Amino acid sequence: MTGHVLPKRIYYTIFAILMFCTLLTVWIAFLDLGPLNTIAALTIAVFKSVLVILFFMHVKYSPRLTWAVVIGSVFWLGILLVLTMGDYLTREWRHYG
Amino acid sequence: MSTGTVFMPPRHYLNDGYGIRSWLLTRDHKRIALLYLAAVTLFFFVGGAFAVLIRLELATPAGDFVSDETYNKLFTMHGVMMVFFFLIPSIPATLGNFLVPIMIGAKDLALPKLNLASWYIYILGGLFTLYALIAGGVDTGWTFYTPFSTVSSTTNVIPTALGIFITGFSSILTGLNFIVTIHRMRAPGMTWFRMPLFLWSMYATSLIMVLGTPVLAITILLVAVERLFHFGFFDPRLGGDPVLFQHLFWFYSHPAVYIMVLPSMGVVSELVAAFCRKQVFGYGFVAFASVAIAVLGFLVWGHHMFVAGQSVYSALIFSALSFLVAIPSAVKVFNWTATMYRGSVSWQTPMLYAIGFIGLFTIGGLTGLFLASVGLDVHVTDTYFIIAHFHYIMVGGTLMGYLGGLHYWWPKISGRLYNEFLAKLSAGIIFLGFNLTFFPQFILGYLGMPRRYHAYPPEFQVLNVLSSAGASILGVGYLIPMLYLMWSLRYGKLAGSNPWGAVGLEWTTTSPPPTENFAESPVVTWDAYDYQTTVTVES
Repeated sequence: MTGHVLPKRIYYTIFAILMFCTLLTVWIAFLDLGPLNTIAALTIAVFKSVLVILFFMHVKYSPRLTWAVVIGSVFWLGILLVLTMGDYLTREWRHYG
Repeated sequence: MSTGTVFMPPRHYLNDGYGIRSWLLTRDHKRIALLYLAAVTLFFFVGGAFAVLIRLELATPAGDFVSDETYNKLFTMHGVMMVFFFLIPSIPATLGNFLVPIMIGAKDLALPKLNLASWYIYILGGLFTLYALIAGGVDTGWTFYTPFSTVSSTTNVIPTALGIFITGFSSILTGLNFIVTIHRMRAPGMTWFRMPLFLWSMYATSLIMVLGTPVLAITILLVAVERLFHFGFFDPRLGGDPVLFQHLFWFYSHPAVYIMVLPSMGVVSELVAAFCRKQVFGYGFVAFASVAIAVLGFLVWGHHMFVAGQSVYSALIFSALSFLVAIPSAVKVFNWTATMYRGSVSWQTPMLYAIGFIGLFTIGGLTGLFLASVGLDVHVTDTYFIIAHFHYIMVGGTLMGYLGGLHYWWPKISGRLYNEFLAKLSAGIIFLGFNLTFFPQFILGYLGMPRRYHAYPPEFQVLNVLSSAGASILGVGYLIPMLYLMWSLRYGKLAGSNPWGAVGLEWTTTSPPPTENFAESPVVTWDAYDYQTTVTVES
């Protein structure tokens, strides 16, 4: 079974975007955006991950079963994040007396 | 039923090449299964040796056999060896490796080289952990709780953690291999709903291995990085949170319980069907219960953290979700029982283990409901109640299933029969010894005896002596099968291809099977456990 062959320029383009995003992350880290600093850094990181998954890992051109695996994995990560953050975000709600 | 001739096939996987090289470089899933069998047995006896020392110390109330620091290392190494190097790989890596391709009618796993690599990775991880043991041991408990593991412990945390980190990849790759194999390598006619339930449970187990193990690997890596470079992940002084460690650790380690027990449930489904001569009652429900346990098992980890400073609202959610896991577990127990109802039950050794599993797992499962309940859990947290509960699941469940499966498929693996009298005797000894060891611990825990202390108040001594006496009986029970199974390899009667008169593709090939598993690729035209059609028994 042969994999989907992509033109090299796509790899170079994606690589350039990833490098640009890395520089953007560093630049934003030096700006005082308050709580938005973390959100901005995570947003860029997620965007970069999506590019790697779609193009470098060829998921964009893969069968539906591969998509199911990827979506399932992201969903599982979501379980970890949601239930963990559920603890952190509700700790302050505790009242006594 | 018709009677065939018993013979040892002239060519089979055991005589297809001799010498150490033919084993260490093999890509045959059956030989790799035996490599795992040897390795997990070794680690089982290493872990068991620590258990012996623990029970010796607890025979008297005073801490007079080993120091408190040594005791900390004993229970840590017992837990690490048993959980990561025996219980998790036991059934998937041995019986799973041997049976998954044969049961679906394939010649091998989809990725044979990766399979061998998994074994080497497992051994490498084991060697790291054994090094940590020889270099002085580790005292954090198998749970590696922070900040003790990152800040306070002066023992070999990093080599042990590295060993577990490495071994985790073996688990991931084995799970991946099984998933790919079951998707891609099924024989013509072997549809998903014709698959034996053992395969459904292996598939569900593989999902957990692939989805959960990376989280443990990363968590352990974070512990090592914090310990070495003082990055603030879990240490509050550095801006971290120790409870975060518990979230990440239990995200894997609670589902890991299902990595241990789901394969055992798969084995029990096979045994109950074979020794009751019936289709498993509610096949579809049992199959989907495996998947449901795998999925729900990922939603309940917070019940390990009810006293850890977790939000009470979060605790309530985790409590409710934890109760849900009881549903698919109960579906399985009820369905096995319904299968036995009016079945033609034969009480051979594997069936004794299956019955033992159902009883002990039920006790372990029901006491798990105590722990899912927030108020009651607070009372018994970190007591011997917890120890008893999880041993009923992990030993009473997993180990009974493992031994049942090993006895059931031993004729297929070796081509020979073991001594049935000794086998039944040891099954009885194990059941008796197990209950004598662990049932008193429920009472000890409920009365308030904490875990992980080498000394205790004198009023707890009687129950502790009972427990230690039970452990010695249990130890004898585990040694006997090792002896008669080894003996049978040379002196056992020839088994023939189907000594139990069971259905399933593994019983249609010779015992031991040829390297390529089947003389001709099978075509499946029947459902699983179709005991209505004629079965050939060789005697």
